[in-house]
Amino acid sequence: MLKNRIIPCLDVKNGRVVKGINFVELKDAGDPVEQAKIYSDGGADEICFLDITASNENRDIIIDIVRKTAKECFVPLTVGGGVRTIQNITDLLLAGADKVSINTAAVKNVNFVQEASKKFGSQCIVVAIDAKMISDNKWEVFTHGGRNKTGIDAIKFAKQIETSGAGEILLTSMDKDGTKSGYDLELLQEITKSVNIPVIASGGVGNLDHLYDGIIKGGASAVLAASIFHYGEFTIKQTKEYLKSKNVPVRL
Amino acid sequence: MKVIIVDYQSGNISSVISSFTEVAKGKVNLEVTSDIKKIKSSDKIVLPGQGSFKSCVDSLNNINGLADALEEFAITNKKPLLGICVGLQMFADVGYEEAETKGLGWISGKVSKIDNQNGKFKLPHIGWNEIEIQKESKIFKDIKNKSHMYFVHSYEFVPEDKSVISASTDYSSKIVCAVEKENLFGTQFHPEKSDKTGLKIIDNFLKL
Repeated sequence: MLKNRIIPCLDVKNGRVVKGINFVELKDAGDPVEQAKIYSDGGADEICFLDITASNENRDIIIDIVRKTAKECFVPLTVGGGVRTIQNITDLLLAGADKVSINTAAVKNVNFVQEASKKFGSQCIVVAIDAKMISDNKWEVFTHGGRNKTGIDAIKFAKQIETSGAGEILLTSMDKDGTKSGYDLELLQEITKSVNIPVIASGGVGNLDHLYDGIIKGGASAVLAASIFHYGEFTIKQTKEYLKSKNVPVRL
Repeated sequence: MKVIIVDYQSGNISSVISSFTEVAKGKVNLEVTSDIKKIKSSDKIVLPGQGSFKSCVDSLNNINGLADALEEFAITNKKPLLGICVGLQMFADVGYEEAETKGLGWISGKVSKIDNQNGKFKLPHIGWNEIEIQKESKIFKDIKNKSHMYFVHSYEFVPEDKSVISASTDYSSKIVCAVEKENLFGTQFHPEKSDKTGLKIIDNFLKL
């Protein structure tokens, strides 16, 4: 049976892991290379590395840190942040990423997703959607690390990028991110029932029941969290043991 | 011992290189190349593959003499070869991803899309799934039945002769996830991304 994945996320700024609230007020949470090794050894199912300022500052991702991080990971590593060109993807894959996550560039030009998945295969193209609720059951896509409105409907966009060949969706609720009040389950449900590719839930985890809800109520294939792992509130093992005790299929 | 990871521009092989390097440390002479001469003189070959069946077969055929050299190595000389993911799928006669494409034809069978029961199962099949060992395989030495391996694929290899199947995994149906036929080994999952158990499979292959 396929297991639900638990994914610690390293939000990296200027070479350090940081964590913020609603995408701002960033706080230091350690060295990405060390953190990745701890998570990989500790039973994480995948590791996500996001250079959260790359797109905004319009600079290329810190390839060197990715390379060092990848060397410590014997589980899949997804890298995102500022991925705009086929060359960016090539560079990240060569540095050791297994998948790349595309955000702003996918919104600007959905053909880029198609081009990328054709060239590298759907299996390594993740599209990250940052969504914010605008009215009941309506969410809008934001770009540039949550700074820019796009006017694009999140559900429509999810379907569109599935058609374009994305292998997975990394769905972050901007309303929930950093609040520790749980995932936006309505958003998650809407997206998971609208597409037939795996969805990774992100944004808002404060305790282990939130992970349970993301999987069981929200229909997520994988759940991503940052601060509960970075600040040592829970280990990956504790997390999985808890989920297993509630009959969620996990790899232990 | 000389082991070659075949680099034929089939997509991302950095994790394969990194995991084999980790396991091979000092014991094995590991090289990443598509040089025909080097392939001919090596002891073992790893054939990775990412992206579509068609794109991998096309890339392989783009390198003059590579397919013949691999065939001589694996079929004529019967030296150990491990195919990973699309590297395994290419053992088949034919694949149907993108367009009908001729495979290497080393193990009779076809590569077709996983039947996801009209959307009941998400595709790609991504994540950790248990393997059910179907027969003893040299690369499964000290690997427990129902170990978890990392998968990411939408197509599956369906061999004609079921006796080549060394492990299967359950995803909408029993999917073939490892084969062994004499000196030919293949895994649909990614041992290079499957944590310690995956590294153990790599170690078993290198120790053959």
